[in-house]
Amino acid sequence: MTKTLKGIAASDGIAIAPAYLLVEPDLSFSKSSVDDVEAEVARYKDAIKTSTTEVEKIRDVAKKSLGEEESQVFEAHLMILNDPEFTGAIENEIKDSKINAEAALDETAQKFIQIFESMTDNPYMQERAADVRDVSKRIMAHLLGKELPNPASIDHEVIVVAHDLTPSDTAQLNKKYVKGFITDIGGRTAHSAIMARSLELPAVVGTDSITKDVKNGDMLIDDGLDGVAIIDPSDDQVADYKKKGEAFLKQKAEWKKLKDEPSVTADGKQFTIAANIGTPNDMPGVHENGAEAVGLYRTEFLYMDSSNFPTEDDQFEAYKKVIEGMNGKQVIIRTMDIGGDKHLDYWDLPDEMNPFLGVRAIRLSLKNEKIFRTQLRALLRASAYGKLGIMFPMIGTLAELRQAKAILNDEKQKLVEKGVKIGDDLQVGMMIEVPAAAVLADQFAKEVDFFSIGTNDLIQYTMAADRGNDNLSYLYQPYNPSVLRLIKHTIDSAHENGIWCGMCGEAAGDNTMFPILLSMGLDEYSMSATSILRIRSLMKKFDTKDLKELANEACFVSETAEENEKLVNDLMKKIDK
Amino acid sequence: MEKRDFHIIAETGIHARPATLLVQAASKFGSDVNLEYNGKSVNLKSIMGVMSLGVGQNADVTITAEGDDEKDALDAIADTMKKEGLAE
Repeated sequence: MTKTLKGIAASDGIAIAPAYLLVEPDLSFSKSSVDDVEAEVARYKDAIKTSTTEVEKIRDVAKKSLGEEESQVFEAHLMILNDPEFTGAIENEIKDSKINAEAALDETAQKFIQIFESMTDNPYMQERAADVRDVSKRIMAHLLGKELPNPASIDHEVIVVAHDLTPSDTAQLNKKYVKGFITDIGGRTAHSAIMARSLELPAVVGTDSITKDVKNGDMLIDDGLDGVAIIDPSDDQVADYKKKGEAFLKQKAEWKKLKDEPSVTADGKQFTIAANIGTPNDMPGVHENGAEAVGLYRTEFLYMDSSNFPTEDDQFEAYKKVIEGMNGKQVIIRTMDIGGDKHLDYWDLPDEMNPFLGVRAIRLSLKNEKIFRTQLRALLRASAYGKLGIMFPMIGTLAELRQAKAILNDEKQKLVEKGVKIGDDLQVGMMIEVPAAAVLADQFAKEVDFFSIGTNDLIQYTMAADRGNDNLSYLYQPYNPSVLRLIKHTIDSAHENGIWCGMCGEAAGDNTMFPILLSMGLDEYSMSATSILRIRSLMKKFDTKDLKELANEACFVSETAEENEKLVNDLMKKIDK
Repeated sequence: MEKRDFHIIAETGIHARPATLLVQAASKFGSDVNLEYNGKSVNLKSIMGVMSLGVGQNADVTITAEGDDEKDALDAIADTMKKEGLAE
């Protein structure tokens, strides 16, 4: 029977294929004593033999479909399966303790896993613990008469269904046959989502129950555009989604042609479309999608992906890599935005009643100057390698901005005295995300080189509605005239003072918001790399002369967000005609 | 019985790929081959045994071989040690 599940759209595209369940069977067992030791050893040897044949088969398929390197792991598994110290120890355990093979296997495997895992200074050895675990699982499954999923041996088109996907799961998947992912848990930034986007496979994550609702081989529709999974779809649905998928691919091919084109309107006005990134690993996507700058590099991931504060040199290397990678195009790096919903295991910060209204971002940096200064030094040193903009998040008052700038200048002075080269093109700017700063943008504009509007926070603070609270999602209104007036005032203030203004929130890549921003004359639009070509193509449709009145109407005539949506929809209809 | 001492110079010790290659080299021969380190002895045909010894840089190890092809076995192992930059 057809069943539709709603999840999170994690990677664009449509896939229609049977389900492949990547779910582990229950391998629990109970320990028991055995009388016929010889029979138990024979049963154990049988499981080893079946496991060996199975792994050899997987290895051969993997070698053909994934390549020599990916199949190496199965060579390692075979060595363990035939390792005299390992299999011998299990056999001896059965004989000496007269226990069942399952218990002997588990005890011996645990012993080796512990030895390998205790070698904490050697990641390679710790990975071998995973190999022992994998091999033991396989032998155990055969002892218990259960079947393990073998993703490496998939030989027909499937949609992989899993509770969650780990890096080692995805490494074994054959990209030729895997058409998409659907998972129970995860968000847009989960490993499975990131992996799907880099492979350009459709993915729906966070469906809660897909692994329970679907059986191996059930037909599935994986709609990564709208975050929908359909089990056992009707013929009509399959036909509809085929059309939707084809239309998407056609459009994607059109967009790809714009990769090396400038971002211009129909009347030849040029703007900058930039990418938001979290780590230097995001750079390939930045280039593949033709970004003209990095408009936001979120440095908090450097802190979050580390077990202690990243050193000045670690930070310098990461910043330098991104700056050099852009070949002279501008890179805006935001100083750490820790606090709010982002915490570090190694930094014990006091609990707060309202973390989003608490000590976060620049407030935290100014209270912890030593950590802040380390980051600023790394940024200043990296500025010599290209065109850098340093951006302070969550600035609410001129005093905060002046304090942050004073610390930056102090560090700069010290480095210059030491003879360290600082980039000539270095710019210093701030996020506009606190309404107080947006209202006084005309004053702030005199003291910075640029603004970048962070819409997610600006909206939640303007509407006084926690953006993580589902009961208040109706108050998350990017098109509300109040929000738009703040944005317009910010852009106008920037231009009156001869500085540029960008936007690095989700709204910059939003089809409805974009024409309004263009009408306001926003200079830089920074978004997920995968949205860039869509917006570049949309930009081509507009003549700025036709947009002249849109900003004023949206800010001062409209009374609601809905009216503004309609305003843009009507405009789009006129243009598409 | 053949016996030879090695001084491990590889930065990571006998780990990773070189360990696998040593085991593969030893497994080609009929002789019993053992690796001794720190008072413990393991079967050199066992990757798990070799790796669980945790042989690091600057370790002194002894390899023994006993059987019809014991000399060839040790020659092959010494050859692998050298080629992989494991020992001198």
